[in-house]
Amino acid sequence: MREITYLEAVREALSQEMRENEDVFMLGEDIGVYGGAFGVSRGMLEEFGSERIRNTPISEAAISGTAVGAALTGMRPVLELQFSDFITIAMDNLVNQAAKIRYMYGGKGSVPMVLRTPSGSGTGAAAQHSQSLEAWVAHVPGLKVVQPSCGSDAKGLLKAAIDDNNPVVFYEHKTLYKTSDHVPEEAYSIPLGKADIKREGTDATIVATAAMVPKALEAASKLAEEGIETEVVDPRTLVPLDKETIVESVKKTGRLLVAHEAVKRGGFGGEIASTIAESEAFDFLDAPIMRLGGAEVPIPYNPNLEKATVPSVEDMIDSVKQMVHYDTWRENHG
Amino acid sequence: MIQIPEHLSKERLLDLYEQMWLIRYFDEKVDEFFAKGMIHGTTHLAVGQEASAVGSCAVLKEEDKITSTHRGHGHCIAKGADINKMMAELFGRETGYCKGKGGSMHIADLDKGNLGANGIVGGGFAIANGAGLTSRMKDLGYVVLCFFGDGASNEGSFHEALNLASIWDLPVVFICENNQYGMSGPVKDMINIEHIASRSGSYGIPGKVVDGNDVFDVMNAVGEAVEHAREGNGPSLVECKTYRWKGHSKSDAKKYRTREEEKEWRDKDPIKRMKEAMLEKEIVTEEEVEEIKQQAKRKIEESVEFSKESPEPDLSTLLTDVYAD
Ligand SMILES: Cc1ncc(C[n+]2csc(CCOP(=O)(O)OP(=O)(O)O)c2C)c(N)n1
Ligand SMILES: [Mg+2]
Repeated sequence: MREITYLEAVREALSQEMRENEDVFMLGEDIGVYGGAFGVSRGMLEEFGSERIRNTPISEAAISGTAVGAALTGMRPVLELQFSDFITIAMDNLVNQAAKIRYMYGGKGSVPMVLRTPSGSGTGAAAQHSQSLEAWVAHVPGLKVVQPSCGSDAKGLLKAAIDDNNPVVFYEHKTLYKTSDHVPEEAYSIPLGKADIKREGTDATIVATAAMVPKALEAASKLAEEGIETEVVDPRTLVPLDKETIVESVKKTGRLLVAHEAVKRGGFGGEIASTIAESEAFDFLDAPIMRLGGAEVPIPYNPNLEKATVPSVEDMIDSVKQMVHYDTWRENHG
Repeated sequence: MIQIPEHLSKERLLDLYEQMWLIRYFDEKVDEFFAKGMIHGTTHLAVGQEASAVGSCAVLKEEDKITSTHRGHGHCIAKGADINKMMAELFGRETGYCKGKGGSMHIADLDKGNLGANGIVGGGFAIANGAGLTSRMKDLGYVVLCFFGDGASNEGSFHEALNLASIWDLPVVFICENNQYGMSGPVKDMINIEHIASRSGSYGIPGKVVDGNDVFDVMNAVGEAVEHAREGNGPSLVECKTYRWKGHSKSDAKKYRTREEEKEWRDKDPIKRMKEAMLEKEIVTEEEVEEIKQQAKRKIEESVEFSKESPEPDLSTLLTDVYAD
């Protein structure tokens, strides 16, 4: 099968949906001739025209609200925010409007919109262009939250997000845009709420999201060289969360490490850890659950500092080993 | 030919002329280093827009303040920043303005009244108001210049802040550097009025359009607005029509504009126009202006040396300065 990049996979999903469904349109800043801040929509203006690839002023509040209103009245808008940090300006429309409309109105109406946005650090863009704020939106009932870690997932999940009748926040990780994998050419859908076991293992489970997934896979293959078999689970969507797959994995391995790039404090990892603590998998644990997350700082500019804010492959290896050798570790540290 | 205000001494003129070259050389250097991969992250260059920064800050007193934008190197230099510390910040070094933590989009020099560049478009409007409010409440007498782009004027924060500044008579001058584009969005497609300054009417405050590539035109208009604010009469809106010569950030394919348009604006080079006006009036000689230009170039070269010799921040600094003591 052909390989394409994550970025191309996102574009392909958008284009196929737009060909398929007249109600789907895009709006966002510089998505026209410029092709979007990261080039996702390059070429789409030429194919679909300016009526459906709507280049907007720099007005996140207006464009997010316009997406809500259009969605409520029969369109399926896909909004691009240039950097996920700017969600702060779109937040009222997302949290107080989009997320609540159907419930508040007693089950009337729906808001089938997708807000796509690149997130994460690793590009030297510093404090206001590098955050991972997905836990904020995951906290809000009414919103769905997607975080694909590879192009083939991104393509299928984006179709599902656009077809979904609810507001979906779709995070694309900047440092994954250039990664490639095998992506089927035809349109396909990956259901929201279905985790993927990216690697099977028996000794420990790493639940990783977005850019942490390739790192977890690297950690797992290094650990395998030392005879430790690590299972890597990618939830792919935080809301809805596939608790079952995570619970089953931990029941099998008896050890859980959760890794995300977002700041550890208040991060979604806490939700996953407590899901296990509350589940039947608790009885199967051979070591305390561990979490790796971003340092509790704004993302710094200097590349060494920036790198140090996010969990590394080595951090993951150390954590897994600590869990695997928990009894000896406890004797030495206890 | 642009008009030199009578009250400016030769020394002052040459000082302003040097600032213009410092900004141009600084940003050209940064452009070069980005192309070579010696500086990472992102940056927004103000080459071609030097006059709006220099002309605006030229009328300020030391204690006056500014809020800047993502395209902020010029504002920073015009407000009297230490070039070495600026360049070192772009190199991510410990000696930089932000100890290597901020980079191009976050240089701030609070001691010099520069409340900071801003990575959030439209992020400066209300902060400028707040600084103006402090000036009022503590009776400090300073004025705040709030720089922003044409694109930023479409953020909701523009409307909210200008209205508030107006009803509270805050000592803020909102300076729109209309360089004709946002990232790529042309002003003519994004705004249905010819002059952004016309929006001042919605707030009942003075609004003025100036030739942003004429440093003296900028000085006159901003000077008036600053006096108006200092005397307690509230905010104004000044729009400087200008053009950025480079791509939006680092380089871009510039598919959203024509090479002819670029040339037209390059012919209105603000530095060249200032030089020609000074030569025409025989205030300075060719040799003098050339010497100033070379001096600016040397300062930039020195800042590069300084930056290269500066240490990287220690990893232990990662966790410092999150909270104030
Ligand atoms: C809230 C927000 N939205 C979008 C961006 C991305 N962005 C950075 S600069 C820019 C264009 C700004 O245009 P303008 O205000 O005219 O300033 P210029 O770049 O022309 O100096 C955009 C869209 C941002 N940094 N912040
Ligand atoms: Mg602009």
